[in-house]
Amino acid sequence: MEKKKDEKELLTIGSGDLYQPYSWSVGHYGSKFLHELKDHKKLLGIRCPKCNKVYVPPRKVCGKCYVAMDEFVELSDEGEIYACTIIQFGFVDPGTGIQRPVPYGYAFIKLDGADTCLSHFVDSTDPEKFKVGARVKAVFEEKRKGSIVDIKHFTLI
Amino acid sequence: MGKKVAVVGFGQTKGRSARKDVNGVELINEAVVAALADAELTIKDIDAVVIGNMDHFEGVNYVDSWSVEGSGGVMKPIFKVTTGGTTGTTVAMSAYYHVASGMFDKVLAIGWEKNSESDTTGAIITAFDPVWERPNLGGAIAGLALEASKYMSTYGITERDGARVAVRERLHALNNPFAHLHQEWMKGIPVDQLVELLVTSKENVMLAYPLRMSDMCPRTDAAAAAIFASEDVAEKMAAVPAWVASTTNRHNFALAGDVDMDRNTTMASAAKRAFEKAGIKEPLKEIGVCELYLPYSYAGLKWMEDYGFCAYGEGPKLVWDKVTDMDGELPVNPSGGVMSSNPIGATGLIRVGEAALQIMRKAGTRQVQKDVNFAFITGFGGCYWADVMVLGKKKPS
Amino acid sequence: MERAGIVGVGQTVYERRKEDTFAELVFEASTKALADAGVGIEAIDNIITVSNDFWDGRTISSMAIQDAAGSWDRDISTVEGDGIFGALYGMMRTLSGSFDTTLVVAHVKGSEGNMNMITNSMFDPIYQRHLGPDATSTAALQARVYMEKTGATEKDFAKVSVKNHGNGVKNPFAQIKKKITIKDVMESRKIADPLKLYDCSPISDGAAAIILSTEKGLKRFKKDPVWILGVGHCSDSYNLGYRDLAWPRALDAAAQKAYKMAGIKNPLKDLDVVELYDAYSYMELLWYEGLGLAPRGKGAELIRSGATGMKGELPVNPSGGVLSAHPVLVAGLARLIEATLQVRGEAGTRQIKGAKKALAHGINGPCGQAHGVFVIGA
Repeated sequence: MEKKKDEKELLTIGSGDLYQPYSWSVGHYGSKFLHELKDHKKLLGIRCPKCNKVYVPPRKVCGKCYVAMDEFVELSDEGEIYACTIIQFGFVDPGTGIQRPVPYGYAFIKLDGADTCLSHFVDSTDPEKFKVGARVKAVFEEKRKGSIVDIKHFTLI
Repeated sequence: MGKKVAVVGFGQTKGRSARKDVNGVELINEAVVAALADAELTIKDIDAVVIGNMDHFEGVNYVDSWSVEGSGGVMKPIFKVTTGGTTGTTVAMSAYYHVASGMFDKVLAIGWEKNSESDTTGAIITAFDPVWERPNLGGAIAGLALEASKYMSTYGITERDGARVAVRERLHALNNPFAHLHQEWMKGIPVDQLVELLVTSKENVMLAYPLRMSDMCPRTDAAAAAIFASEDVAEKMAAVPAWVASTTNRHNFALAGDVDMDRNTTMASAAKRAFEKAGIKEPLKEIGVCELYLPYSYAGLKWMEDYGFCAYGEGPKLVWDKVTDMDGELPVNPSGGVMSSNPIGATGLIRVGEAALQIMRKAGTRQVQKDVNFAFITGFGGCYWADVMVLGKKKPS
Repeated sequence: MERAGIVGVGQTVYERRKEDTFAELVFEASTKALADAGVGIEAIDNIITVSNDFWDGRTISSMAIQDAAGSWDRDISTVEGDGIFGALYGMMRTLSGSFDTTLVVAHVKGSEGNMNMITNSMFDPIYQRHLGPDATSTAALQARVYMEKTGATEKDFAKVSVKNHGNGVKNPFAQIKKKITIKDVMESRKIADPLKLYDCSPISDGAAAIILSTEKGLKRFKKDPVWILGVGHCSDSYNLGYRDLAWPRALDAAAQKAYKMAGIKNPLKDLDVVELYDAYSYMELLWYEGLGLAPRGKGAELIRSGATGMKGELPVNPSGGVLSAHPVLVAGLARLIEATLQVRGEAGTRQIKGAKKALAHGINGPCGQAHGVFVIGA
């Protein structure tokens, strides 16, 4: 909408450097996953006692069966690209507050041994190779802090 | 048993990229005033209000409290519902249940958003799990690009197929004075040529393969309001009330990585159930018009298959055969849809309102010619939240 | 109109910091409510969750807990506001003819965010927010207005804290279990004049769930229902300057509607127990007036009389109230759960003998802008 005739500039009020801090609990299940990732470069899933589905990352409840899970299973650090895209648009990363550099590869990866996907970066922006069904392997950070980005990215095998 | 319920009035503001001339409360009020005028009511006639938006797009907490002076909620029953992209349909469903319960006769449903007031992708990313998915997710565009890549790979779908949907939505929007995008340059150019332009033009920037700018919805500032009334009063309030024949929803997943992307299973399950409840056996034949929450072009192919309008992989044929154009067997989004206007918290409610206008035959320049007995409405949101509603011309038995 | 009843309740213990995730808390409260009702998730036709994006620090906060609430292949929706409004919406859906049973579950982890900033975000970004108002500083304004207009004193407020904290000692779900004296309250640290530390509720983590059923749905459950006899909800103006802060007219409207439905003429006599939303001690006196338990301006006289103590004519907040645990969003649902336990005679050592009719109350918005009221009975 245009401003009216004889009207001064229409103003907006900025929120300044507003930053709301949070400290989210990762819980028993997620903490175990992150410790294993950090200490041993191992990826854990969890199996539903009723439907046998293996979830990654591990969490307490199988939504479909509505039962608590407690059987952790070790997953491969290799898997298959289930769906993928190359991000070419710039946007503000809410984690850092700065524009995320583009382009980058982004995919849902079905790790061997898991039934759900882990979403992560892939170090390829070549549409000829970076495709649904391609095999990938996790590349770990040298210095790991106990976070999902301790997996630096996945790489095409 | 519950009361029968109908939509008897609808109002919306024109979609714009930035409404700097009003604050949120004033924007809400524009839609409420329009809806009341449409139903020839005053705010005194309203028994209860339900409102929704997504908090982090404007950064206002407890919007139901903050906006009462604009929504008309002062000294009235009011609360807020919100479910992400589906918020607008969720508000409509809430108004429906308010009335169906027998507790209220006339309920005002409001959805709104000023997407210009924040970074939309940044705000959407915060919908995803801060520990597992937020650090690497690319917002709604990235998630939808993943789905498109999967669909194209499985069924051999092309970029031209996607562009055909975008062309339909933008051409329809030219008939809708409330739509945000009016791409006047498209007027008079044959559809084939428009599709060719969209998939070859360098100006049509690739955002995340296979999605270009033209495959996505815009960010819009707008508000919408609808009035739901019980069978005890609806026929006195509207010449042709748009009856709620059925409504239902599904939401099975908490993490994006859990979503079964082979098919849109939540939409399929919700649509199936809604058709059953409304007594619809052959959706393609019995439904007269659709107002669907298609946030991007490929949804207009794949999800049509999931609703049961055609077999898997046949979505492109449906669209290329002009079945979903204005004068086709099943016109989809005469309003221009979400790809022409997306004020997120209002978007679903606009679908409901537009469908109601089609049934009431009050849709003006975007009215479909054929007689509409049933209109099918969907809302779509985070981790494949699926809301559906069927409106009908006949009072449900 | 058809009736709806409460057939199951469940809640976590409320604590200052829980290490469980939102989803784990929701699962705990929901499965406790299901166990209480003697059923599995298959008995539930639809679900209402209650959450808030600012408190959870994420957009679409309900998305994260859908699996834990049992959403798979069921209708589900979300109320953003106090749990009492979630219960109201659950009741509407239960009576709509579409479902026979509804699970309502609310969660919050006050420990994960910053209360002052989150409640500051409910104030208008153009005119008010920069000045730094939050839930506590505006409550202090309201308390002062109430004192000026009615003659209530800080000591009267202290009496509320002493009573409710005394009750909380006997509630295994309460966060603060501490017997305190008037002197303790009066000498506690000033937070925002006239409010002192013990006039204020704590920050809490927890979740709560209830299950509602129509008469037709009852055969799925073991226990006799506690019937919803009357409900009402209503909002006042937003701007504090537009309101009479010393007269909660929206609560008056909501309560009168609920009383009319429930056939209650004299609430002080007809009700056996009240659970109200005492986020700050002074609020209890204001809500007495809004609920019609005391004449306008006479809330302080009611607390002085002892009528709302455990042995009084109408015990208020036998659970210890919100002063003893304040899981925002959950707290109104926790009031309804305590009211249900009281009517069932299952409130343990805090049981009000022979309680048949109970009232539960929740609020939304700054200084109790909007109110929801339930009257329930055996």
